[in-house]
Amino acid sequence: MSREIKLNVPFITRVEGEGALQLSAKGDEIESLQLQIFEPPRLFERFLQGKPHTDVADLSARICGICPMAYQLTSILAMESLFEIELPDHIVDLRLLMNLGEWLQSHALHIHFLAMPDFYGYDSAVQMAAKHGDLLTRGMQIQEAGNTLMRLLGGRSVHPIGLQVGGFAALPDKGAWQHARQLVNDAIPAAIQLLQWTAELPIPDHSQDFTYVSLLGEDSYPINGGNIACSNGLTITAQQYPQHFKEHHVSHSTALYSLVDGQDYLVGPLARVNNNYRTIPEHIRHLAEQCGLEFPNMNMFTSIQARALECLWALFEAQQMLQYDVPKGQAHVPYKVREGECSFCTEAPRGLIFHHYELEQDGTVAKCTIIPPTSQNQARIEQDLKQSVKQYGLHHSDNELKLFCEQVIRNYDPCISCSTHFLDFTITRQ
Amino acid sequence: MLQRPLKVAIHKLTSCSGCQLAFINQGPKLLKLLEFVEFTHFIEAGLFAPDQEVDVALIEGSVSTHDDLKRLVNARQRAKLLVSIGACATSGGVQALRNMADDKENWKRAVYAHPEFIEELQDCTAVATHVKVDFELWGCPVTQQQVTECLRQLHAGVKPKDNAEKLCMECKRQGNVCVLITQQAPCLGPVVRTGCGALCPSFGKACYGCFGPSEQPNCESLTNRMTGFGLMPNDIVHRFAAIHSQSPPYQQQIARWRLQDLEGSD
Ligand code: SF4
Ligand code: SF4
Repeated sequence: MSREIKLNVPFITRVEGEGALQLSAKGDEIESLQLQIFEPPRLFERFLQGKPHTDVADLSARICGICPMAYQLTSILAMESLFEIELPDHIVDLRLLMNLGEWLQSHALHIHFLAMPDFYGYDSAVQMAAKHGDLLTRGMQIQEAGNTLMRLLGGRSVHPIGLQVGGFAALPDKGAWQHARQLVNDAIPAAIQLLQWTAELPIPDHSQDFTYVSLLGEDSYPINGGNIACSNGLTITAQQYPQHFKEHHVSHSTALYSLVDGQDYLVGPLARVNNNYRTIPEHIRHLAEQCGLEFPNMNMFTSIQARALECLWALFEAQQMLQYDVPKGQAHVPYKVREGECSFCTEAPRGLIFHHYELEQDGTVAKCTIIPPTSQNQARIEQDLKQSVKQYGLHHSDNELKLFCEQVIRNYDPCISCSTHFLDFTITRQ
Repeated sequence: MLQRPLKVAIHKLTSCSGCQLAFINQGPKLLKLLEFVEFTHFIEAGLFAPDQEVDVALIEGSVSTHDDLKRLVNARQRAKLLVSIGACATSGGVQALRNMADDKENWKRAVYAHPEFIEELQDCTAVATHVKVDFELWGCPVTQQQVTECLRQLHAGVKPKDNAEKLCMECKRQGNVCVLITQQAPCLGPVVRTGCGALCPSFGKACYGCFGPSEQPNCESLTNRMTGFGLMPNDIVHRFAAIHSQSPPYQQQIARWRLQDLEGSD
């Protein structure tokens, strides 16, 4: 007998921002499946038009409270390429250090607050505090190390104020530098334990064939520069991005869908690890392999392991920089504004981010395009759900199906800085 | 003083989610907070119970869609006290810049291929435009100290008081070099509310006003002074048309200098 399933999840909890899901199936066939994002339009690309180029970083940060720096830095790097600014090494290094901080806090937050409750059968990390305080405390230690790096260079971790075109507003002082060094050193054992913990999780195998996209590291793991590599063989520069990646607008969502050469694709930690595993230092790969992790792979349920691996890499990387004395020298370099177009891509914690600007002679923004990671993942999430739900089995109860779908979605750590419609939670059976 | 934990719901309207991080980013201090706070509804943290009666509803985000409005009204009805947190909730936030557009439909068209799919209200507004607000915490984002202090006071049955002092005062106490005087930087410190710890000036940079207007902000004389630094009327408009463009004192300056800009270009 065939059962008709109409699953309507009004709010997917534990994602950054809010989203909803509608699934209807008849018998063994999925009739429709839609991930709905009703992000109230905040129209950043429009209100940045006419703004001085120096205001862009502080305004575009407000797209997302969890990865503000990614938006700031991508806009800054795009403009610096247009103005042909040569940055001294210490500024390049400090920016990388701050990037590492953002990855750490974002990944630690995702693993512990958003993903972990799934593995222990809780709704929320808040409810886990009594019984699993140790796991949370470990996560918070890593998160705090990341936040400390953000504060070191940006004054605060949400909407930091330190970055600007040409460098930083100010360089860190010695005391704060040493404090950060201490926290990073202390967090490394915690991150090793975390990696082991992710390796012991009951990870289901839902491997699929999909296209993945990330920056490509030449000899180090990529974060804020390099070409874009696509698993279909394409390697392009940021300038070529618009030729291959196209966005379109569908009625059930306000996030724009993005496709590469007509194909849905993945961005984020698993895409990065898959493309760049060989650039991770051997001692870290060794740790991962010792506890049984295997990369590259095509199972999105391992994205939590990819995140943990990136945390460990980020901490070792930060440790290396922090072992030296606090850098001295210029905080920022002078530059001349010029008119023209510029593009840049960096890796936000959730994946590739693309910015394009057209600046007027005096630096006023004439036009801009900002493509965040989640709109790139959206088409992929829907494809993933369609396949993995079938594999999981439609015979499961509605509640089991709901939880499974939510987990699949959370694997992508979607950052939907949005709010959704109130839909009544309805399940219709026939 | 409540003998039980304070029941708190966190609602998100149109926002970047950055203010909620004031809770999730606390580290071990969050566990301390949970000793006297019970979160009932907090979607990002996995708790979904928007209809439960609570002591305090914290509202992040501005009202920009019909749905935001419906949820806000519901949140108000379920809560004894309602606190708006952050720039979005207290003054409309950065997305309220769209209210300044002469042609709003064209703005949507610039971003979305099918603007008809986007359901939104004409303007993007602060929480207090629609419902009674008991307390406001300003800032983009609000700080951990602000939210913790406020909840602690509410739990103790004390009326919370937000400090509306000028940023300048804090900056002076810290002994920072004044960027307005030494660099002639267009710092908004004299008209901005304290709370961030005078972050930007301590980095040698002009404040861009993310905490919103202070008590008795003398924007007139500050902006007059800025013209002395060589700022054009349109530059001054941009200083105020940022995170708190809808707050009345800043709105006044935007209107004033826009007019000057138009007159100047005639
Ligand atoms: S006030 Fe600022 S930090 Fe808070 S939600 Fe709004 S944009 Fe984000
Ligand atoms: S100095 Fe001004 S802009 Fe900077 S963080 Fe403080 S209030 Fe915000």
